[in-house]
Amino acid sequence: MRGSHVVGEAAVRAGCRYYFGYPITPQNELPEYLSARMLDVGGTFIQGESEVASINMVLGASVAGGRVMTSSSSPGISLKQEGISYMAGMELPGVIINMMRGGPGLGNIAASAADYFQATRGGGHGDYRTPVLAPSGCQELAELTFVAFDLADKYRNPVMLLGDGLMGQVMEPVVFPDFIDIKDLPQKDWALTGCDGREPRAIFSMLLGQGELYTHNLELQKKFDRIKAEEQRWETKNAEDADIIVVAYGTAARIAESAMDDLRSEGLAVGLFRPITLWPYPMTTLRELAKNGRKVAVFELCLGQMVEDVILSVGERAEIYFYGIPGGNIPTPAEVANFLRSVAKGDGKVGRRIEI
Amino acid sequence: MAKNTIKGKIAIDRERCKGCQICIEVCPTNRIEVDRSLNKKGYSPARFKENVSEGEKGCTGCAQCATVCPEVAIEVYRAK
Amino acid sequence: MSAEVAYKQVFGWPESLKKNPTHYCPGCGHSIAHRLVAECLDELGLREKTIGVPPVGCSVLAYNYFNFDMVEAPHGRALAVATGVKRVHPDKIVLTYQGDGDLAAIGTAETIHAANRGERITTIFINNAIYGMTGGQMAPTTVLGQNATTAPGGRDPMLHGQPIDISRMLAISNGVVYVERCAVSSFKHIRKAKKAIKKAFQCQLDDLGFSIVELLSPCPTNWKMTPKAAWAWVNEEMVKTYPLGVIKDETGYEDKK
Repeated sequence: MRGSHVVGEAAVRAGCRYYFGYPITPQNELPEYLSARMLDVGGTFIQGESEVASINMVLGASVAGGRVMTSSSSPGISLKQEGISYMAGMELPGVIINMMRGGPGLGNIAASAADYFQATRGGGHGDYRTPVLAPSGCQELAELTFVAFDLADKYRNPVMLLGDGLMGQVMEPVVFPDFIDIKDLPQKDWALTGCDGREPRAIFSMLLGQGELYTHNLELQKKFDRIKAEEQRWETKNAEDADIIVVAYGTAARIAESAMDDLRSEGLAVGLFRPITLWPYPMTTLRELAKNGRKVAVFELCLGQMVEDVILSVGERAEIYFYGIPGGNIPTPAEVANFLRSVAKGDGKVGRRIEI
Repeated sequence: MAKNTIKGKIAIDRERCKGCQICIEVCPTNRIEVDRSLNKKGYSPARFKENVSEGEKGCTGCAQCATVCPEVAIEVYRAK
Repeated sequence: MSAEVAYKQVFGWPESLKKNPTHYCPGCGHSIAHRLVAECLDELGLREKTIGVPPVGCSVLAYNYFNFDMVEAPHGRALAVATGVKRVHPDKIVLTYQGDGDLAAIGTAETIHAANRGERITTIFINNAIYGMTGGQMAPTTVLGQNATTAPGGRDPMLHGQPIDISRMLAISNGVVYVERCAVSSFKHIRKAKKAIKKAFQCQLDDLGFSIVELLSPCPTNWKMTPKAAWAWVNEEMVKTYPLGVIKDETGYEDKK
């Protein structure tokens, strides 16, 4: 099944009944799929007039208690930042799918992964964090869509799923998790349903009273600390005896994994560390791996964003190398293997050493 | 005193009143005046002139004052 | 004397309005508009099934005044948020309460498209021809010659364009069934405004389409006038640019009378 369709089907199976989005390549297949599938299950599909309108419809459906999703690609995700910040401040759940493309600006429609900063460091205003899940193929697109909705509801926060144009287009076999009956979804005793039989509720993020915003932000931070403590996800492969740990996520990780397999058959001890949550980043785990003289080789489909989290995790414990290709160009496993060989030799011919 | 012309009365919440004086503008029988003593917020609120002088008409309970009052500060009563 | 006469109360506090004192200026139209909305919801028995979306503007804190469920929206986005709410709760009454910047500047796209989709939402549009909350900047509805802090010397068509008539623009759309412009600046206008608001809610109850009532509203503070003068300015000057009356009515309610 095609990646974009996988996300749509997974969302429906996870109990999502409201989708609002705007067409943008390379994820148009997702709203197109849901425009029919949502109606099958009695859900609501609106093609909003913009990404801005769509994220605000998400906000409205979320505050009303619905399980709701939107999707877009990089420039459209820029437009959604206001809404995401508001949802974080108002503590509203929602899932945002970003099928990344080349940027900045209008960029191109090829698979790039240059939205890491945008996803993990904001990109809206204020002191908030957004959990970010990075699948690396169709099976994970399905599973992590379920996880995204659960995290969003559990923590009352927007959650982002970061794919890319390649992942959205590729077709792979998928085994979906079981259908969730919407009756079994967690009850939301904070949602707006009309004040019949209770006091009226107001949900807002503007807090003008003395010290109110200070307190609210401290409370939000406690939530983010809990997420950091409990929701980190990652995968390691061949790390136990590795001399080089390659760090990559998403599509880049699939390429790196192929390179790792090729180099292993040559006798080069390469391991893979693949973060699945980009926020919260599994810093402690990576820090543990970066010892015993190992080298850490970061590979990204951009000019260096996740590498900063690697530096935060590893510091001076290990030599850190970086190889990144921007603009939607996708290197082959052979090119990544060349980078890793260069890392092994330390000759700086492919990629570069990160000086701290 | 002309008892039978007094068909209504109002009660103005002087702490809610912000002294906009629109009620004074609209009252057809001139039953509301400015109370120069300030309320807690520092406004000179409106005050109902309950006593009807010779030649004046009393409150008719028309509720124009309450209708135009932005603060919902006026309750209106009509004689049964 | 009064003790001998038995009285009954004919005007009191609507249930859909909380008793909190408002932060609105003396003579502001918001307080009246709030009360009219509250009275209509009370009379239609809708308080407990209403969800409201206030704007960003002077009435951003409307959830402190309205006594029903409310959700804040980013500036201009109220009708998109309301769309999301209404789609989850189609059986509830969803209203937006917006100012001229919220509805006709930053929110123009969300306004036009929610209206065009015929969302079963009622919008109360407070037009005071100025940006109140932020201190008196020009609004899209500021009239020609009217002073504003970002249009010193008054609105000039060459520099600033003409004032926008968003209600008439919305009326063109087939999804919009009822558009009326009223004012809250005199006893007679307030009575008419209340009827219009009630009719707009009835449109939603009868599942007819999108309805909007524009209320010309005085802003004494930013117009730099007394309340009396501001109310008069609406009645004498503002109506020249924004004439009062029904702009579109496809409800059929008048025919049934």
